[in-house]
Amino acid sequence: MNLRRDVFQAIADPTRRAILTLVATQAMTAGVIASNFDTARPTVSKHLQILTECELLKQEQSGREIYYHINAKKMKEVADFIEPFRQMWDERFNKLEAIMKQYQSKQTE
Amino acid sequence: MERKTKIIAEDGRQDLLITREFDLPVELLFKAYTQPEIVEQWMGTKVLKLENKNHGSYRFETSNQEGNVVFSANGAIHEFKPNQKIVRTFEMENAGFGAQLEVLTFEKLTDSTSKLNMQSIYQSAAQRDEMLKLPFAQGINWAHNRLQEVAGKLK
Repeated sequence: MNLRRDVFQAIADPTRRAILTLVATQAMTAGVIASNFDTARPTVSKHLQILTECELLKQEQSGREIYYHINAKKMKEVADFIEPFRQMWDERFNKLEAIMKQYQSKQTE
Repeated sequence: MERKTKIIAEDGRQDLLITREFDLPVELLFKAYTQPEIVEQWMGTKVLKLENKNHGSYRFETSNQEGNVVFSANGAIHEFKPNQKIVRTFEMENAGFGAQLEVLTFEKLTDSTSKLNMQSIYQSAAQRDEMLKLPFAQGINWAHNRLQEVAGKLK
């Protein structure tokens, strides 16, 4: 099962929102993050994996420990409510461009 | 990835501007707006009617897999100037956003590149902001549905 990871999927889940809030104050290891939740450790790991795949969290190796910290740049993108609207149009226009390029090459064949 | 599509939506204003440059001659960009079968492909909606002329009108409709209509929109074409300009209204049916006025200008940059400027004017600034938030809200809903689907399969 490999879902398309995007920031909306990430922030749609209350546990993941709580993780983001927690890590926003300081970088933490998976163990410390998990200790803040009643949820089973593997479940928290899965959430961390999703947040990392969406680039909302970044991993940093420090000795034997891996610390999770927030990716401010990506978070800003989510906070900007216009961004999904822009992306929607960008995707449409990318499609338009691709279709018309194909159309153009057919005309010149 | 390069951000080709720009949105200018100043606070407190009731309009917004979408601009985009294309690696396409302006004639082809314009064609993408006027040929129903091409509009259908990039807009992802069915074109029920599209009269490319002054005082013409258009209607779009999208159905889901079950055949239920999930989106419909229509408008009147006020001005139609080939390869230059389209002035039209746009109204999403049953959405409560009212009609917007859209001014689309098609600019030739070089022989092989062009630029689209699309100004949308809403009845109020609040209405504009609601419309802007729609894909954001849909994104979250989509994620919820997706998670529920997946959760359902895991049961």
